[in-house]
Amino acid sequence: MSQLDPAVDHLLRRAGFGASAADVETYRDMSPAAAVAHLVDYAGRPDDVDERIGRPDHVQVSTNNLFAPDIDIDDARQRWMFRMVHSRRPLQEKMAMFWHNHFATAFSKLANDSGTKQAAKLLTAKPGSLRGPMGQIELFREYGMGSYRDLLFRFSQHAATVIWLDGQFNTKTKPQENFGREIMELFSVGVGYYTEPDVYAAARVFSGWNLRESEGYSDNDMNAYKEFVYNADQHETSEKTFSFPIYSDGSKTIPSRSESAGMQDGIDLITALAFHPETARRLARKFWNFFVSEIVPPDPAFVSATANVYLQSGTRIGPVVYSVLNSPWFNDPSAVYARYSWPAEFVVRSIKEVGWQNLSVDKARAPMSNMGQALYEPPNVAGWPLGANWFSTSTMLARSNFAATLASSQKGFLAVGLQEQATSPQALMTAMLDRITPAPFDALPQQALLNYLVAGGAWTGNESQVSTRAAGLARLLVASSEYQLV
Amino acid sequence: MKLSRRLFIRDGVATVTLGLAAPAFLAEIAQAQSIPGRRLVVVYLAGGNDALNTLVPYQDASYYSRRPTIAIPAGQVLQVGTDAAGRALGLHPRLTALRSIFDQGRLALVQRTGYANSSRSHFEGGDIWGTANPQNSTGSGWLGRYLDTLPRPVDALAAWNTTDETPRALKSAITGVPAIANAATYNFSSPNQGVAAQQERNTAEVMASNLAPGRPHLALLNGANLGAIETLDRVAQARTYTPTVAYPNNGFALALRTVAGAIVKGIGSKVYWVSTGGYDTHAQQGANGGGAYANLMGTLGDGLGAFYTDMRNQGLSNDTTVIVFSEFSRRISENGSGGTDHGAAGVMMVLGGSVRGGLHGTSPSLAPGNPTLENSSGDVHYETDFRSVYATLLDNWLGVSSVSVLNGDFKAGAPAIF
Repeated sequence: MSQLDPAVDHLLRRAGFGASAADVETYRDMSPAAAVAHLVDYAGRPDDVDERIGRPDHVQVSTNNLFAPDIDIDDARQRWMFRMVHSRRPLQEKMAMFWHNHFATAFSKLANDSGTKQAAKLLTAKPGSLRGPMGQIELFREYGMGSYRDLLFRFSQHAATVIWLDGQFNTKTKPQENFGREIMELFSVGVGYYTEPDVYAAARVFSGWNLRESEGYSDNDMNAYKEFVYNADQHETSEKTFSFPIYSDGSKTIPSRSESAGMQDGIDLITALAFHPETARRLARKFWNFFVSEIVPPDPAFVSATANVYLQSGTRIGPVVYSVLNSPWFNDPSAVYARYSWPAEFVVRSIKEVGWQNLSVDKARAPMSNMGQALYEPPNVAGWPLGANWFSTSTMLARSNFAATLASSQKGFLAVGLQEQATSPQALMTAMLDRITPAPFDALPQQALLNYLVAGGAWTGNESQVSTRAAGLARLLVASSEYQLV
Repeated sequence: MKLSRRLFIRDGVATVTLGLAAPAFLAEIAQAQSIPGRRLVVVYLAGGNDALNTLVPYQDASYYSRRPTIAIPAGQVLQVGTDAAGRALGLHPRLTALRSIFDQGRLALVQRTGYANSSRSHFEGGDIWGTANPQNSTGSGWLGRYLDTLPRPVDALAAWNTTDETPRALKSAITGVPAIANAATYNFSSPNQGVAAQQERNTAEVMASNLAPGRPHLALLNGANLGAIETLDRVAQARTYTPTVAYPNNGFALALRTVAGAIVKGIGSKVYWVSTGGYDTHAQQGANGGGAYANLMGTLGDGLGAFYTDMRNQGLSNDTTVIVFSEFSRRISENGSGGTDHGAAGVMMVLGGSVRGGLHGTSPSLAPGNPTLENSSGDVHYETDFRSVYATLLDNWLGVSSVSVLNGDFKAGAPAIF
């Protein structure tokens, strides 16, 4: 068993990416409630993780040229993986991943439109690193725990979103329905709570929400950029009526406005959608699946309670997450190991638990794609197919072989670290399960693991035996079905 | 040792193909003995293939006036005769291998395939071809739904995807499709070597065999784990295949070679998925039958030619049908950068030993205002609904009801390709 309170372990798997040896020191003396507060109230701790890229005692990054995560998508993937492993604000990265899936935007379409460098910049640029707006993922880091209305607004006016959902083609003569549909279907109320006429009306609401290029723009100029623009003369000015209330007085009609004032149409619709009770319930169900359980369906009482927190806090996400993590549902035994890890969760947790000495996160990049989750490349606007959908023979094999790569890279370090403790197969197993934390094994797999340790001959505990068997055991534990659950 | 007739023939073929193509009569005899079970190999041309430069209407004056730079000169095309509308057609000059299959009567060219209100989006277009549903292209794929009709428990290798990601067409609610891009890397790696590595694999297999009573989510994961371990050896077997022909050294041909290995080694997959990219030719397609698009055609034709010949030499071509499609075709007129933008209806190809070859459907007439065009005569209007091609593949090749797989009856207007 891990050296942490099991409730804190559970919490760190869900609100973070598991616990490294260093994390164990940080959380060892915290009560579960204190750990929740520590994780949620991260704003007071410095966001200094990027400065540690390249330092000793950290997982490494690899690059052929200069490491350029603001304009090179593979470097950006490595930077994000590094942050997941080492951030002192793990929940910030977890929420960025949640929103990246919720607001799924894929690099390849942006690259098709603007070239690979601008596309990487649109998704990942740190604020202030280059001219132009911050990358979309930085919105999620910066505002992911703030009000959902605000986040939805910023997302809707981000250049990556405009390109991704064809907003630049939304003109008054040809209202483009892509964004108008998705904002209701995927980003707020969900299917069943809007009508086709609502989609047409939303397309008109967002007419003129277009794109502008900086002066002398070129795809290859890294200080050139694209940004959102409200194009007043492309706004369709007539009134728009919806099937649900837009205003607090119950009115369903956005009034006719002049072209110059017409951007307010979209702001009114975004506000109405963010405060729609069905948006509250839909987000509550998503948080159930993300934090509580994918095995037990959302408890209606949880959905109702969580939706209430959301609406009463003015759509603020921080209080919602705080409430979820402190809720009896989260701490119910049925919720423990009741989620299927996303590839990013699996990879980061395994690196944290097995070790990262002399390891580059780049070793995980191609395997993650084979596991079905290339970061910044969700398969479509609906995000990744979650839960059991992550698993096929080939994706499981990709996880299994990453376990081998990881164990292989740490073979020598594991042997040295475990030599003294490995006085018997059982002792080696106990020591290994202090750091690697799969869901409990039934008798059959447990016995199979113990048999493996002595399959090469009776236990002597000599260097060669410990080296072989510790690495093999780490591989088997991380590749086990039990380990895929978090 | 008693040799079965098939093995004898295969060995004989292997001998004679050192320098020559297999005598056709040997291949025919071998086919009579080939393993039961038909298979479909799906080739996706990613990016939107420019059908008018694949199958060229080389006597249409508008083809040349609207494509002053990128048109294939009439003297270069590989003539394949005239279609039912009396329009003369020729294949791209780099498709010599396909012309040979055409001449054998085993390549069907289905012209003007598409659907109403064709999507010009790669994303949506690909999903529409994948789901076979222009109205709602977010659900399961047409081949995934075919796989769902197979008796349970379904073999872990019922389908074999040679690309990294499961394409929309193979998405299924209940049937997992392994992605085995490269049989050489579909293996069980280990931090140890030799016996210890083998012991790890054995241990992993025992662990995954746990039925996990009372923990269905764990049982599901064990199923995937066990399925992977249990398919390793069969995939490794496919890897040992020595082809009867030399495949070109590019990703597309090597994927087809992997497929050939799986077929010859009797892996039993019903559907194989292969993809080749670079078809989004907005710029610099090339002039005078050369350049970037010619390279695409060379890759396509040479790869398919090697695969077809290999299958025929192995006596397996009668049980193997290949279809080639793209998410849309391209504009009729070239754009300002020597390329073509996203268009509408295109050409599907179907080839195999059981295919009724020839020109199916009719070519568009490219003069502005012609009713075979749409979008102010900018694009080719569809004549054959792509779902009717799927329907005949399902009904007449794979032997399942297309109506249930496609959620509708699309048999009308299907080309007679079998």
